[in-house]
Amino acid sequence: MIELRVNGLVRRGGAEPRTLLSDFLRHELGLTGTHVGCEHGVCGACTVELDGVAVRSCLLFAVQAEGREVRTVEGLEWGPMQEAFRRHHALQCGFCTPGILIAATALLERGPVSREQVIELLGGHLCRCTGYTPIVAAILEAAGEQ
Amino acid sequence: MTQARRAWVGESVPRFEDEALLRGRGRFMDDLAPVPNAGHAAIVRSPFAHATIGTVDASAALAVPGVRGILTGEDVLALSRPFPAGIESSVPYYAVANDVARYAGEPVAVVVADSRYIAEDAAELVAVEYDPLGPEEVTVHERSFSYGAVDAAFETADAVVRWRYAFPRWTGAPVECFGVVADWRDDGLTAWANFQGPFTLHSVAAAALGLRGTKLRLITPPDSGGSFGIKASVYVYVVLMGLASRKLGIPVRWTEDRLEHLTASAHSTGRVTDVEAAFASDGELLGLRYDVTEDVGAYVRAPEPATLYRMHGSLAGAYRVRNVAVRARVVLTNRCPSGLNRGFGGPQLYLALERTIDRAARQLAIDPAELRRRNLVQEFPWRSPSGGLYESGDYVACLAAALDLVGYDERRREQAAGRTIGIGIACVVEPSVSNMGYISLALGPDERAAGLPKSGNVEGCTITISPLGGIAVALSTTPQGQGHRTVAAQIVAERLGVAPDEVEVSSVLDTSTSAWSVASGAYSSRFSGVGAGAVAAAADKLATKIDTIRKHVGEDISLRRVAGMCHWSPESLPPGMEPGLSALAFFAAPNLEPPDPDDRVSSSGSHGFIADVAVVEVDHETGSVRVLDYVTVHDAGRLLNPLIVEGQVRGGFAHGAAAALFERIVYDEDGALLTGTFIDYLCPTAPDLPEPRIAHRESPQPSLPLGAKGLGEGNTMSAPAALLNAVADALGIDELELPLTPPRVWGALHA
Repeated sequence: MIELRVNGLVRRGGAEPRTLLSDFLRHELGLTGTHVGCEHGVCGACTVELDGVAVRSCLLFAVQAEGREVRTVEGLEWGPMQEAFRRHHALQCGFCTPGILIAATALLERGPVSREQVIELLGGHLCRCTGYTPIVAAILEAAGEQ
Repeated sequence: MTQARRAWVGESVPRFEDEALLRGRGRFMDDLAPVPNAGHAAIVRSPFAHATIGTVDASAALAVPGVRGILTGEDVLALSRPFPAGIESSVPYYAVANDVARYAGEPVAVVVADSRYIAEDAAELVAVEYDPLGPEEVTVHERSFSYGAVDAAFETADAVVRWRYAFPRWTGAPVECFGVVADWRDDGLTAWANFQGPFTLHSVAAAALGLRGTKLRLITPPDSGGSFGIKASVYVYVVLMGLASRKLGIPVRWTEDRLEHLTASAHSTGRVTDVEAAFASDGELLGLRYDVTEDVGAYVRAPEPATLYRMHGSLAGAYRVRNVAVRARVVLTNRCPSGLNRGFGGPQLYLALERTIDRAARQLAIDPAELRRRNLVQEFPWRSPSGGLYESGDYVACLAAALDLVGYDERRREQAAGRTIGIGIACVVEPSVSNMGYISLALGPDERAAGLPKSGNVEGCTITISPLGGIAVALSTTPQGQGHRTVAAQIVAERLGVAPDEVEVSSVLDTSTSAWSVASGAYSSRFSGVGAGAVAAAADKLATKIDTIRKHVGEDISLRRVAGMCHWSPESLPPGMEPGLSALAFFAAPNLEPPDPDDRVSSSGSHGFIADVAVVEVDHETGSVRVLDYVTVHDAGRLLNPLIVEGQVRGGFAHGAAAALFERIVYDEDGALLTGTFIDYLCPTAPDLPEPRIAHRESPQPSLPLGAKGLGEGNTMSAPAALLNAVADALGIDELELPLTPPRVWGALHA
């Protein structure tokens, strides 16, 4: 049994030492907004914030998050980023979107960003639907509205 | 009172799908627990590409605490039949390998346990005796077709261009993998799966399970994380997990992991095409001969050999040539069975045809844009030599627009001035809404005549108006991100005089309740043609009824009032009118007939057109290709939602550019997969992918109620050819193969 803060709430759940954080969040805590796309750290779909830093939850064990603060897509406020994603049609199937929202939110919270930084950030995320262009546009628009 | 009617179709309405997805509240397959107490499955897979299988000893696996049972080849043989396919094959295809494993990753057994972790532990303990065999290739299908006077065309030609083109296996690799929950109960199977049918494949799965259709109830989740065709092959795992559930007497769930996906879900076919093209000295394309060999992998898995015939009505591409011949062969290899993948036969055809046009241009000393212009179809409707019906378009105008947009003449001047850039063009007819009869081309005319003639493409839709006037639409088009719910809401809103956000649309397919037919599903870009057609037909039925009731009342009463009458007060309706307020409609693509006795067929119900121009620069030191500009001019008829159209074009281009520049499934000589992770299978990310510049023309299709053609695959068909043409133009080298990765381009430069 481990205890951690998730999206501002104290949560507890059972985890073996080998249980992945992604599996723990999805199946133990029911936070299915965090998606699993590759389980080897490439696709970025499972990205969550751990103590304010965007990490791949498939590359962490749940026990590594014990006592720490996790933010998942369910914990993001609806705001300019989400509006911009919708306006720019920056998601189609939406499966990669939670990981990108978490990573982009973490980036924008650190300060102003350039187009190059956004593109570099997206270098860590696979989207097979959009060709990325509208995602870049949406994140930049959200950054401009901050 | 009715609202003022507004034309919602054609508006860039933002998607209703988005909010839940952006809040992390999507409902994808692995998020759902539709039945309690399901066991978790892990699959034991063959490590060998080709091996006989001896004993399968599960005793150690069964001793692991938490293991619920195991399904082996023996069980599958006893409980199921081979999957049927479009052609007879000497190698029967079951959900797991029995005596022989025929590709690396082929399922050999299924272990079911209390958790996936335990199931995977136990799967490792299943001891399978393998005796490796050498690689095997078997030709299982061959047909030849000839239209017009092909030999005469070649005899009178001033120039003949010949070359061989290989299009490697690749995959759409959706970010969400396959997922199935199977619950065998009494004498039938209920399965939840992120499938994209039912399509013809529900019947295939039912046949393998030995069930009549209604005993296989298939339900799709509300959201599906991409597919691009690949998830059509989930049905094999529906059968596999269904058999596991049947044997063990518990529901079974299985979520594929990425390694399994790349190894054993589905790839596109690998195709080798020998092309010969005959030209007159003025550039007229006189004749085409194709010799196509298609690697479908270890089994002919339905709907294969459809990749081979999907483009049959468009063998002449966008050109007026009347003389076309093709020899088509299917070869079994020790690789993952092929399946649907965005473009499905189109990228392969156009790579060969469009590259040939460029080579001919050089040989004839005619500019490649001009050579195309001289040969493009100009009269509509146009019947291609192999039977394709191109109802509308303006191909010459699209090409001119693309050349203008890219600044073609200026780019050619730059090139002449010594800049080492390359310019590549591709003109492609984009078929959509597949004719369910084209696959019967795999049979001879006599065999076809003996069976049920097959043709058409049917879709259904149900619209129900509740007692309080709420509008609910149920689709059977199983989208995976294409925005069907939004577009359906636009169509219904326009026809019923409401706003789109007043229309609730469900895309959950349930074969026991949905209005579906054998073509239902998401493939061949069929939504804007027949999916939207079915929605419009159902809405029109309701609009007529509502109108009749209003006339009967003699007042322009509100929709809520009309609904109230239908539900609460049937006596107040016009005499003889059916109570309730619901409409079910089916719509079939027009102008689709079975192949004729001369093997002519319009293999698709719609034909759009795309003219692409790519401008590239190649770094001779590193072999890397930089795309300086990419222009695509599209004509997919009427655009139902331009925002979504733009997304489909960008997505189609992304897959095409990926095939051109990055992605390839690679096997070694022994049949071991070398691209089994996302580290080896290189999906492009944002820094890698070029951005297309997009322009549209709209030539509505007269025979469709909304005039809209499919458009999700065209750029996947055009981009590989345009980019290869551009790189070849930059380097002056013909010996180039996809994907044009730096080492391969560098290798060609230094060969």
